[in-house]
Amino acid sequence: MRQSFRRMMTIVRKEWLHIIRDPRTLALVIVLPVMMLFLLGYAVANDVKDIPLAVADLSHTDTSRTLVDKLTVSEFFMYTHAAQSENEILAMMDAGIVKAGLYIPESFGRDVSTGGVGTIQFYIDGSNPTIAQTAQLAAETISQSMSQEILIKRLERSGTGMQLGLPVDVRMRYLYNPDMKRMNFMIPGLVAIILQVQTLLLTAFAIVREREQGTLEQLIVTPVRSWELMLGKILPFVVVAFVNVVMTVAVGAIWFGVDVVGSSALLAGLSLIFLLGSLGLGVLISNISKTQMQAMYLASFIMMPSFILAGLLFPRENMPWLAYYAGYFLPVTYFLEIVRGIILKGADFFTLWVWIWPMAVFSIVVFFASVLLFHKRL
Amino acid sequence: MSSEKSVQATQLTRKFGDFIAVDQISFDIPKGEIFGLLGPNGAGKTTTIRMLCGILTPSSGAASILGFDVSKQTEEVKQRIGYMSQKFSLYNDLSVSENLNFYANLYGIPREKVKSRIAELIEIAGLQGHEKQLTRNLSGAWRQRLALACAIVHEPPMIFLDEPTAGVDPVSRREFWEMIYTMAGRGVSVLATTHYMDEAEFCNVIGMMYRSRLIALNDPDSLKDEMRGVLFEVDCHEPGRAEKILRDLPTVQDVVAHGVILRVLMTDKTKKVFLEKVLTENEIVIDRIERVLPTLEDVFVSLVDQENRLHVRAEID
Ligand SMILES: Nc1ncnc2c1ncn2[C@@H]1O[C@H](COP(=O)(O)OP(=O)(O)OP(=O)(O)O)[C@@H](O)[C@H]1O
Ligand SMILES: [Mg+2]
Repeated sequence: MRQSFRRMMTIVRKEWLHIIRDPRTLALVIVLPVMMLFLLGYAVANDVKDIPLAVADLSHTDTSRTLVDKLTVSEFFMYTHAAQSENEILAMMDAGIVKAGLYIPESFGRDVSTGGVGTIQFYIDGSNPTIAQTAQLAAETISQSMSQEILIKRLERSGTGMQLGLPVDVRMRYLYNPDMKRMNFMIPGLVAIILQVQTLLLTAFAIVREREQGTLEQLIVTPVRSWELMLGKILPFVVVAFVNVVMTVAVGAIWFGVDVVGSSALLAGLSLIFLLGSLGLGVLISNISKTQMQAMYLASFIMMPSFILAGLLFPRENMPWLAYYAGYFLPVTYFLEIVRGIILKGADFFTLWVWIWPMAVFSIVVFFASVLLFHKRL
Repeated sequence: MSSEKSVQATQLTRKFGDFIAVDQISFDIPKGEIFGLLGPNGAGKTTTIRMLCGILTPSSGAASILGFDVSKQTEEVKQRIGYMSQKFSLYNDLSVSENLNFYANLYGIPREKVKSRIAELIEIAGLQGHEKQLTRNLSGAWRQRLALACAIVHEPPMIFLDEPTAGVDPVSRREFWEMIYTMAGRGVSVLATTHYMDEAEFCNVIGMMYRSRLIALNDPDSLKDEMRGVLFEVDCHEPGRAEKILRDLPTVQDVVAHGVILRVLMTDKTKKVFLEKVLTENEIVIDRIERVLPTLEDVFVSLVDQENRLHVRAEID
């Protein structure tokens, strides 16, 4: 037993030297998470602010001007172009100069002031779904709140004195994300993805590289056992993954202001369980790959669906039913719910239990399968 | 089973699908002997060694190392063998002493002895002063010596060296073989493969592999004696034309050009005068004709030639 432990730690030390001496691994370990964080943080999150907007106000009334003001004082839109007709707006959208357009017909002001329904036309460039989604929500919210104001004014003017209850406050829909900040949605997702990518890819690479470079052949003739070799190889990556989680969460809190509401200890503990499964998958991949290239392809095969189906970039609720249910087959789906629960809502162990147990079952099964199936062979 | 034998292989066979990479090979290596395994690329040398080291399982046949069965008693075998693979397989991003330290710990060298053992190995390999150097930056010859040092960390009584001197300069090759000799002198048995015939001369026993089979097994001198035919060295004008003419003679087994000198292998009993007569009839000026002793290379070429002819005949039948 002591000899076993010694052999395992020998592998750990060697693996550690590889990690700190290989610039590519170091880059994957340190640069990748930070880069992903800032890339997603700025490219995705900031795009939904200041959407360039073209306005064609043919009505020229107070009401129409109020509407335009309301839209443009919000952070979402920026009034960049004035247009004279619907066609002009469409031309600008085609050219990509603006991402949204507002057409207010001549009759609008008259319709509203005479108690009718004022119709306006809002255009959204749907080619970037993230922008489109935000723009649509913002436009709906703003026009609804304006309708309410007009409604209230009409009621006041009609002098009935009756106090009507207001419709449900639409802001309620963004309970856990009051500013609709995408970073709140992204940071927890990044934690999950970084854990998945690093552990899966790095373990698979670390093992396959020995096969590719012929060093595995040398290891086979030594007394080191398969499980000692495997645990020795993955332990350093557990440490690396943890450092990364801490780094991501810290940057998220300090730079992007996404604080961890719940228990950090719980987050760490559940991350460890998720890690087991992910490391196991990496080992399984390494078992059937002869080259690092093959390992890369196989890993992408698991990682791509994780990015999409698990709900990292887009909420799963909006997905077609097939994609929605497919997500349940990915452990990262459960882990995402857990991480978001802890970081954003401060959820505790019992609240999260529905997500924890499927993930734990998966992780334990995969991990033990990988220990049993891993053989040091060519 | 005799434990006096370091290696005992019986009818050892390995197939990859339909392809037979090693075909019923049998041989012994007595303690303290150096066994040289020769053969062209793809002959099955590496596959044979891998089976003996327990890296590949034999498809049929059996082998034992110091009396331990290679497929059943793998743990016992591993403690007793050192293996240097054909492809350089140390960690390039680790230093000389880190590589040695790694293997010393894997082989369970007692902790208090690790340091002195590594110092000893560094001296054997002549790597003093380079302990901290990264393996990547070592020259070819030094890397091979380090690889050997790593393979013998645990003082195994049997070592396998798969082309240990490939791509190494002649002087360093000689130094490397000195190391092997020193070890053999201490009772260590060695199995080495090589493509260099001069190295083969250093071996106590030679096994020649060709097309997955062992086609000859003996000590170097006996192999040369056994060689059928007589070898002549011919130095003449127009060697190209002379080669063609000689090749067409029924009693000529093979003609090899070594620069302008032709080495002509004749079947038994041919006389020097016969060759002189043939060449003179064809108006070729002869500078020198001499009967020479065959080298191992000649032996090998002749055996391969014989083997190929048998093969062709078998295919015709
Ligand atoms: N894992 C494998 N799968 C399929 N074929 C293999 C495998 N390993 C070796 N072979 C084939 O078996 C034959 C013998 O290979 P081997 O490596 O033993 O030759 P060798 O004598 O060592 O040659 P070299 O001098 O080039 O090292 C070759 O034709 C090779 O292609
Ligand atoms: Mg070989």
